[in-house]
Formats: sequence, C-alpha cells, structure tokens
Amino acid sequence: MSDIALTRPVPVTTEPPLIRYLLIGVALAFVALFLFAPLVTVFVEALRQGWAGSLDALRLPDAQAAILMTLTIAAIAVPINAVFGIAAAWAITKFDSRGKAVLITLIDLPFSVSPVVAGLMLVLLFGAHSTLGGWLIANDMPIVFAFPGILLATLFVTFPFVAREIIPVMIEQGRAEEEAALTLGASGWRTFFTVTLPNIRWALLYGVLLCNARAMGEFGAVAVISGKIRGVTATMPTMVEMFYNEYLSVAAFTLAAVLAMLALLTLLLKSLLEWRHADLLAATRRH
Amino acid sequence: MNIEIEELAKEFGTSRALHPVSLSIPSGALIALLGPSGSGKTTLLRILAGLEFPTSGRVLYGGQDATGLSVQERRAGFVFQSYALFKHMTVFENIAYGLRARPRKVRPTEAEIGRRVSRLLDLIQLPDIGSRYPNQLSGGQRQRVALARALAIEPRMLLLDEPFGALDAKVRKELRQGLREIHDRTGLTTVFVTHDQEEAMELADLVVVMSMGRIEQVGRPAEIRAKPATDFVRDFTAA
Repeated sequence: MSDIALTRPVPVTTEPPLIRYLLIGVALAFVALFLFAPLVTVFVEALRQGWAGSLDALRLPDAQAAILMTLTIAAIAVPINAVFGIAAAWAITKFDSRGKAVLITLIDLPFSVSPVVAGLMLVLLFGAHSTLGGWLIANDMPIVFAFPGILLATLFVTFPFVAREIIPVMIEQGRAEEEAALTLGASGWRTFFTVTLPNIRWALLYGVLLCNARAMGEFGAVAVISGKIRGVTATMPTMVEMFYNEYLSVAAFTLAAVLAMLALLTLLLKSLLEWRHADLLAATRRH
Repeated sequence: MNIEIEELAKEFGTSRALHPVSLSIPSGALIALLGPSGSGKTTLLRILAGLEFPTSGRVLYGGQDATGLSVQERRAGFVFQSYALFKHMTVFENIAYGLRARPRKVRPTEAEIGRRVSRLLDLIQLPDIGSRYPNQLSGGQRQRVALARALAIEPRMLLLDEPFGALDAKVRKELRQGLREIHDRTGLTTVFVTHDQEEAMELADLVVVMSMGRIEQVGRPAEIRAKPATDFVRDFTAA
C-alpha cells in the first residue's frame, strides 16, 4: 500500500478541485451579478430606442449643460485636491508635529460624514440665513445654489482620496531618500520633483483617478447645495435623477451611460499607463 | 579639512540625545564613532552633516563656524545606513544627481558629468553597472554606489552611518578594505558610525567611544585597548 502514496502524490498546497471550482464559481457569479449586470443594464436601457434615441437625449440642452457642469467641476476640483492631498500627506509623513493625529482624523472627516450632511453644512454656512452668506449674496457672490457651492461640496467630499492613497506610500518610503538628495546639494523643490514625486507617482495617479470618479459621480452633497436648477446648477448625477423622475428613462440612462463611460475611460487610462511602464514599475518596486 | 566640535548638545523634546560634547577631528583622519544604540553617535553624525541642528554648541569646519550652514552648504558626502539610493533612477543617474543639482553656473556639462561618473564607477570597481537600477544590485554593490554618489559632489568630508551594518560578514571585510583604500586615495576627513568594536578598531585611525550621549574616550585603537578610560569602555571593547 506504500506504492499508492508514490503514484498519487497528495497535493498539500492546494484545495481539492471541487472546492477550487466552487470558490472560483462563486467569485465569478458575484462579479457578474453585482458589477457586470448593472453596468450592462445601463447601456441596454440607454439604447432601448436605438442610437438615434440616445443621441436625441444627448442633444437636450439640459443634458448638455449638466455634462459641461460636471466636467468643469471635475477639471477644477481634481487638480486642487491633488495639490492639497500631496501637501497634507507631506506634512503628516515628513514632519513630526504635535497635531499629527488630529490632522489625520480631519482628513478622514469627509469619509465619515454623510455627503448630504456635508451639503447641509455648506448651506448653513454660506446660505442667505447666515451672516457670511448674507454678505456674500449682498455683494453678488452667491455660493449656495450656484457654481461655487457645487465646487466647494465636491472639494469637501473628494478631499481624502489623494491624501489617503499617498500617506501609506510616503510612510513606507521614509525620509532617507529626501535627506540624501539634500546632502547632495539639491534644493527643497528639486528634491520634491526629482525624488518625492517619482516615488509616489503611482499612488498619486490612483488617488487622482478615484478622486476624479467621485468628483464626477457625487450626488448627495451637490444635490443639496446646488438646488438642482436645470441648465444652471444641475450636474450629471442630479440630472439623471430628474430625468428618471420624469419618466424620461432613455434620457436618464443615456446620461448615466456617459457617466459610466467616463469612469471606464479613467480606469482604461490607468491600465494603459501601468502596461506601458511595466518594466520601470517592476524595476523600482521593492523586493 | 579639520573639524572642531565645541560643547555640542542636542535635545529631542525632554530627552537628551547629546550632553555637551567636544571633539577635534584632524584633517584627513579616518574616525570611528563607536557605541551601542542610543549612545548619540548617529545624532552627532547627522549634526555634522547639517541634517539635525544642535540645541547648543558650535561646529567648525577648517576653523570656520559652520553651525548655521544648511545641509546643502555643508557639502558633506553622506552614506546612509540603508544607502537611500534613488530607486527610480539608474546607478548612473544616482551618481550624477549631485552634479546635475548644481546651479547652472557651476554645473559641469553632460559630457563632463559622464566622464566623472565613469571615473567614480572605476574607483568603486564596478565599471559596468551604470545602466542598472538599485534593486538589481547586491547589498555590497549598493553600498559602493552610495559611496560613489557621495564622492561625486567633491565633498569636504565623508560621513557614513553604519556603512557595513546591512552586509554579511565576508562582504563586510572586503568593503572595509575598500573604504580604507578610498579614504587613503582621496585624503578626505572621514567619520563613520558603528556599533561593532572590531570594525572600529581595525579600520579607524582614531576611535571615539560613546555612551548615553557622552564621549567616554577618544584614542587610537591600541590606546583604547591598552588603557580603557572607564568601566564602560573596558566592557564594550572587550566584547
């Protein structure tokens, strides 16, 4: 009976086939049901009346204004939060200060506060009933129900993404490489651009993409502060809701499909960059 | 260039890393700062480089007060404990970094930088690794690249923090010899930090034994062995 063990080695580092296929099956079913199916549904519903119907929906002035609004907001909010995120991560990881723990908690605040509450806070702070808001309105600089309010809400909600991605990487890197650059005579700025930034670029890119996705997709805070005025302060997500409530389902799903495609585009961009720089990525990764 | 350290003290918050210490390092000497962890030897080295600033006291380079000079102005070649090579740059770019960081007026041409880097690669006896990345090198090779990078800026002195700490015993012996040769050839005043008394005794002209932020004894290796000044020195160097 010892030859049985010789002819049929028992695989000790892997599960039996049945369990393997079961686990893979469950994972695939989950991905199909919860990720793939909803995405497909959006596109199917958008094209219910053919390409012509969808294109007609995109020609609606309200839809075009919403798309322009969302792209403008993202184009302003993402760079601002990228810079603030890097600055916050830098302050937290490269210097030892007493307020460090407080700062880390503050950065996470937008994650723990409901976006609707965030929108309400801004309305209370800048609305017509507050002193500050009253003064701003009197001086023709309205924040609530206007572009600045939407931008502020988006900035607030998307603030943590870049900082959160970069902080762990910066902690892992430590300060030695920066110190080395300084001893070699590099200025602070040169050190930042030639040593710090290249070391965090992948985390930064990922943070920016997440920030961008959220900036374009944010609903709650923007819905509260924008007042959802069609053609004026409506963004893509709020416009989708309004179309849907009016039973304009082709228009609603077409706009939703455009939003989804923007998100897919950013993911594609990331994969493309990773693929193009695969050799450099492998060379610089720690082993 | 000789270095004078006068009554140098360093406090981090309430803890004292360095009690006032004084030391004079003759020009061209190879000095070991020897002591257990927490003895203040790395703090002293980082103050020399301008990476930390003392709470009180003065540092003189060649007779001139350098206490207020920034790390860039010190022009001290520093080799870090884990070498701190730039991971995203090739060996060539690592060594050229300090030259390329110079202000335009005093920056060498690219051709001149290329010549200097290959001379340094010859000096560390690794002429063919310029196009590799740091993670494609062995520990010993990395240490030598870090040394070349520090030497590229034509430093006024060479400072090394546990330069052999992360290496296995055989490589460590070879590189000790390598450091000695480079020191003798460049004539640079060199200070290295170590917790290994054998390393200090074998390599250094002068050994500074430190403990708890104080200098216990300064002397040539033979003197320290023959006449330890305190019980601590006797125990530590007997190990």
